[in-house]
Amino acid sequence: MEDIKKRLRLYKNNPLSLILFVLVILSTVFTIGILLFLIGYIMFKGIPNIRLDLFEWEYNSVNVSLMPALINTILITIISLLIATPIGIFSSIYLIEYAKRGNKLVALIKLTAETLSGIPSIVYGLFGLLFFVTTLGWGMSLLAGAFTLSIMILPLIMRTSEEALKSVPDSYREGSYGLGAGKLRTIFSIVLPSAIPGILSGVILGIGRIVGETAALIYTAGTVAEVAWGRDFLFDSTRTLSVHMYALASEGLYLNQSYATAVVLLIIVIVINWFSRFIAKKLSKV
Amino acid sequence: MTKYKETIMKIIFFIAAITSIVSVALICLFLFINGIPAMKKIGLFDFLLGKTWKPNNAIPAYGIFPMIVGSIYVTAGAIVIGVPIGLFTAMFMAKYCPKRLYGILKPAIDLLAGIPSVVYGFFGLVVLVPFIRNTFGGTGSSMLTASVLLGIMILPTIISVSESAIRAVPASYYEGALALGASHERSIFFVVLPAAKSGIMTAVVLCIGRAIGETMAVIMVAGNQARMPEGIFKGIRTLTANIVIEMGYAANLHREALIATAVVLFVFILIINVLLSLVKRRIN
Repeated sequence: MEDIKKRLRLYKNNPLSLILFVLVILSTVFTIGILLFLIGYIMFKGIPNIRLDLFEWEYNSVNVSLMPALINTILITIISLLIATPIGIFSSIYLIEYAKRGNKLVALIKLTAETLSGIPSIVYGLFGLLFFVTTLGWGMSLLAGAFTLSIMILPLIMRTSEEALKSVPDSYREGSYGLGAGKLRTIFSIVLPSAIPGILSGVILGIGRIVGETAALIYTAGTVAEVAWGRDFLFDSTRTLSVHMYALASEGLYLNQSYATAVVLLIIVIVINWFSRFIAKKLSKV
Repeated sequence: MTKYKETIMKIIFFIAAITSIVSVALICLFLFINGIPAMKKIGLFDFLLGKTWKPNNAIPAYGIFPMIVGSIYVTAGAIVIGVPIGLFTAMFMAKYCPKRLYGILKPAIDLLAGIPSVVYGFFGLVVLVPFIRNTFGGTGSSMLTASVLLGIMILPTIISVSESAIRAVPASYYEGALALGASHERSIFFVVLPAAKSGIMTAVVLCIGRAIGETMAVIMVAGNQARMPEGIFKGIRTLTANIVIEMGYAANLHREALIATAVVLFVFILIINVLLSLVKRRIN
């Protein structure tokens, strides 16, 4: 109480401080308010519209099922991660364990990784269209989309695994060498296992980006609302959940289903966010 | 045998490491090879500064100046709206927030960063567009709507980057200001904030990149008319929107002109990247 009185007296003599304080509070309330409003509004409008036929196997204009898009999202996530994770981890192993300090090549790798992380997703989409879809002749396909996305999330995975490897103390490595293990063995049985939580939280963030991506996929994976299935499923044109959401919203015919799809997307994103935080917390305890 | 394996794996690691270099090279190569010829055919001057974009006319016109201006306006609007709010929020997070509350707010702001841009776009479409239409008239899909939405979308970036910049300022600055009789607000806004200047500059430049490259959310709320911007309540089209909207049916020179649009966007991003590394170098 005494404290508040002191503060009030201070503000009376110092109106500028009061204004700044009010602005700080208002801004914070606005930021959090927008988040709550966005989630609340979409949940409120969307949850009553979640019906069972939204999860039917086949999409048609009656049920507007999101199931094919959901399955395609999972497929494209798995394939992109299969491509990007090993490359990202291996490249950070090279940077941390092999490359010498002050190497020009290292500087170039870091510069290009930074450039990659700044490129807008539509530019990736256009590149995917020109390279994977047209030049390599894959057509608009699951594979073309996955390759495009894997380049997109590569810098993210590189950065997080680099940090994870860096945080493994040198004494681990020295201990391993001291016991007579070779470099490769040290990396795979000592360094990598202790870096796994850090790497994993980067991979989960990557999943979040893949799930939310639209612009990079419209012209690489296409917009067909069918599950990629059968022998040549890698070359099927597919739409992911975000692309599905965009298609519904821009057609403007299925407002209720758009809300429901948005709810599903939001829930996935919230779970992914929570999970990555959970793993990061585990990491800080170790 | 072991020696053999070590060498092979070292080569594999090396190949993985140069993937990012190869990717950037490929992206540059394919964009420029497919985009530059169009610029030549149309004429660089007519392409960049031409004020009419009518690719379907009998005598087509490929001027992307309206879209360049559109991208710049929308980005500037987003910065004007997002940066002050984000900066004040970052101040709260770094200098006011009790630890307990921080444990709730920090994940909330991370979540704001994780929400997909289509969901933001949809939110803009069903909430912001009707709101602007009812308040200011017009169709509601306008430069203002896009700026507000982008301003919201850049909030998490500006908050987290400037928060860590503010936290990196030594406590002695704050304590010194307090000891000289300055209030809490005066200390943090006139002593700590200037000291965190370069970090905050980084945040702003990052946000410019984010805003200029954003596609889906902008398409859904900006109206997308390919003409010179006529006011903040009128529709506008950005470079990114131009590519997505027309790529689906474009052919020949029209298609090449769209790729050239991406080249222009790419060059913008490269310039922003150079700016970013300059700012970062100044910090070090």
